[in-house]
Amino acid sequence: MIHIPDFAHATTVQVLFCFLAFITVITAFLTIFSRNPIHSAIYLVICFFSIAGHYLLLNAQFLAIVHIIVYSGAIMILFLFTIMLMNLNERHQVHRPRITRLGAIVSFCLIVIVLITIFINSKPIVGDYDSTGEDFQSIKVLGKILLNEYMVPFEFASILLLVAMIGTVLLSKKEKLNK
Amino acid sequence: MGNILNQIGIENYIFLCVVLFCIGIFGVLYRRNAIIVFMSIEIMLNAVNLLFVAFSTYHQDAQGQVFVFFSMAVAAAEVAVGLAILVSIFRNLGSISIDNLKNLKG
Repeated sequence: MIHIPDFAHATTVQVLFCFLAFITVITAFLTIFSRNPIHSAIYLVICFFSIAGHYLLLNAQFLAIVHIIVYSGAIMILFLFTIMLMNLNERHQVHRPRITRLGAIVSFCLIVIVLITIFINSKPIVGDYDSTGEDFQSIKVLGKILLNEYMVPFEFASILLLVAMIGTVLLSKKEKLNK
Repeated sequence: MGNILNQIGIENYIFLCVVLFCIGIFGVLYRRNAIIVFMSIEIMLNAVNLLFVAFSTYHQDAQGQVFVFFSMAVAAAEVAVGLAILVSIFRNLGSISIDNLKNLKG
């Protein structure tokens, strides 16, 4: 039922997938468990790079580059600057009571078990996947689709980013105390 | 050039994304630091994006990837606004523990 890769005859792609998946999961866990927020941010960068590796494995080159630029570049710099601005370190660390942590761990295990059981029992189509051979994910094709069919959402994304920028500036501006 | 999913299988991507999404949920429940909670939300968004791309390859269709672009734009906007809110909370309260944010509680 589950298609487990045969490790004795694993191809390069399968080895690469297992390696990348391992890095992704381990660094995601380390992001949550490390006590210093800066270390969390660094582990999250590694996690994002491995996800970009997954995109490259799926032959989505443009998406991989955009992912590295947006996530590992912009968003993580934003996180790191915020952490440095607040000057956070381990002394700010506060701990939840033990019962809450236990609840979190139990609910995590339950969600994983339930979801994976659902997907095992839903019997995905295993075997041959059709490849039409036509080019569907190069920059040329993506640009044509983005600016023909998805023209209106594309423009709305620009409005969203503008509004987010104005909101951020207004929120982080220091208010003058004139009371 | 054959389909890459012939060698890996879509269900392995589904399992990876489920585990990654649940790690994100776990981070939101487990940690009290608001910045780590934000990072967990980013992990969840990335799990969904990865599944979008895997199914876009499965169907040999570019629309899934176009959707990932929009989700990235929304994620960037969300992070910028959320971190600005966190900075102003830190300025007022002196900590970013989410347990201090009880002002809206009735």
